[in-house]
Amino acid sequence: MKAIRILTRGIRDAFKSVIRNFSLSTAAITCSSITLILVSVAMIISYNVRNITTDLERELTIVVYLKEETTEAQIESLNQILDNMENVEMYKYKSKEEWKLEIKNSSDTFSTALEYLDANPLLNSYTITVKEVKDLKVTSEEIKKLEFIESADYGEGIAENVISVFSVVEKVTIIIVGALILVTAFLIGNTIKLTIFSRKSEIEIMRLVGANNITIRLPFLFEGFILGIIGSIIPILVSIYGYVLVYDHFDGHLFTQIITLVEPFNFIIYIALILLGIGAIIGMLGSYRAVRKYLKI
Amino acid sequence: MKLIEVKNCYKVYNNGVTAIADLNLSIDRGEFVFVIGASGSGKSTLIKMLYREEKPTNGSVFVGGINVAKLRNSRVFKLRRKLGIVFQDFKLLPKLTVYENVAFALEAIGMHNKDIRPKVVKALENVGLKDKMRSFPNQLSGGEQQRVCIARAIVNEPKLLICDEPTGNLDPDISKEIVSILDKVNKELGTTIIMATHDREIVNKMKKRVLLLDSGVLANDIEKGSYVVHEGN
Repeated sequence: MKAIRILTRGIRDAFKSVIRNFSLSTAAITCSSITLILVSVAMIISYNVRNITTDLERELTIVVYLKEETTEAQIESLNQILDNMENVEMYKYKSKEEWKLEIKNSSDTFSTALEYLDANPLLNSYTITVKEVKDLKVTSEEIKKLEFIESADYGEGIAENVISVFSVVEKVTIIIVGALILVTAFLIGNTIKLTIFSRKSEIEIMRLVGANNITIRLPFLFEGFILGIIGSIIPILVSIYGYVLVYDHFDGHLFTQIITLVEPFNFIIYIALILLGIGAIIGMLGSYRAVRKYLKI
Repeated sequence: MKLIEVKNCYKVYNNGVTAIADLNLSIDRGEFVFVIGASGSGKSTLIKMLYREEKPTNGSVFVGGINVAKLRNSRVFKLRRKLGIVFQDFKLLPKLTVYENVAFALEAIGMHNKDIRPKVVKALENVGLKDKMRSFPNQLSGGEQQRVCIARAIVNEPKLLICDEPTGNLDPDISKEIVSILDKVNKELGTTIIMATHDREIVNKMKKRVLLLDSGVLANDIEKGSYVVHEGN
């Protein structure tokens, strides 16, 4: 019962203190709001870049054409080889007849042109998806060396460049997010420390009247928690409305249909929860550090 | 029965200054004792050791059976709950009302709300400030603020009241008023009072036990003493 009483008083005093020290509370809240907005923007960019990279990687395939004379039995043996290749995620076989049909259906010009030819000039093919995109080149080379292969192509050069550019962007944004979280921790922690330093006499008096360390610390921890939570509300609203607005404006795609943005829900809710967590935890840690300075433990 | 017992006590600060040297004294329950001496004589150090703001370097200081020399920092609150402290600078929380300032001492020790109110009202009655319980400290005079400080110190009905120059910031008339409240607390509640002071007039008028400190040494200990008698020391 006593513990519950101390806890509820801690919460009550924390709220009172936030209101009574209004200007310092406002400073702490503004500081956390601004830095958390930056953290949010960096997190949204980082996650989207990661998503785009994954999408692009998924699009990358090796297109393999077989030699004209390849027989059904040879195709069967090729299937087995592909089944056993470590980096092959899946493959899709398309016969030259299927190709012909597809081309015929795609345009009238091709259809007419193909009718003039007696034999089918097209080749049987495989479309291969790999597990590890970074080993795309190696896998492509391995397939090229197999028998009955006319060609194995994966868009050399372009694919590698795009992936490497995005992976650099992804790494940079992750570093920025990390750095911003550290800066936020430092700024929020210090602002809350300032609000508490200005009340060191309060802590001194609490000690003198016989309050134990937990009783002294609790209201300040709650205060840090409340300031952190309030400070994260504006960034959360800005993130949710801002991202939904951007997503709708670009219709979910950035510049081209290939670059797809992450759908707002539930993605933005997770971002909101992370911001809330960062605010609350950093607020509490800042208070903890500041109060500890005045407690002789 | 002894409430305070100081034995072979030394206090040497980190800068090498010896504030208390081989001090021996005892104070019984219910006594009213003045501690006097020039600045730097060790009065404040002695007072601070009694509520364990300072720790003796050597020897022992027993307060209500607790040896403060061996009291760990994390247990200091147990000692503080047994005593009340009145300061020269009041140490009131400016953003709390008079009532809240006094209740603060009881809330800090986890007392139930329904028990707090009657105790706070009674303490404020004892110092004559019941009608100002909703005021904030900056709306009170110095004497009134000191009375709030006394109310906060006695609200928990401590056995010992430690007063560190409580009249140091007050004019003579108000000082007399404060000391008469302390005297009343001593007589009516049976609270032991130890008061460090420079106020010669009060010491002379009260005719209580006087401990004179000089360079950290107990230079004199006289029942019903006065400031004038020891001035030459």
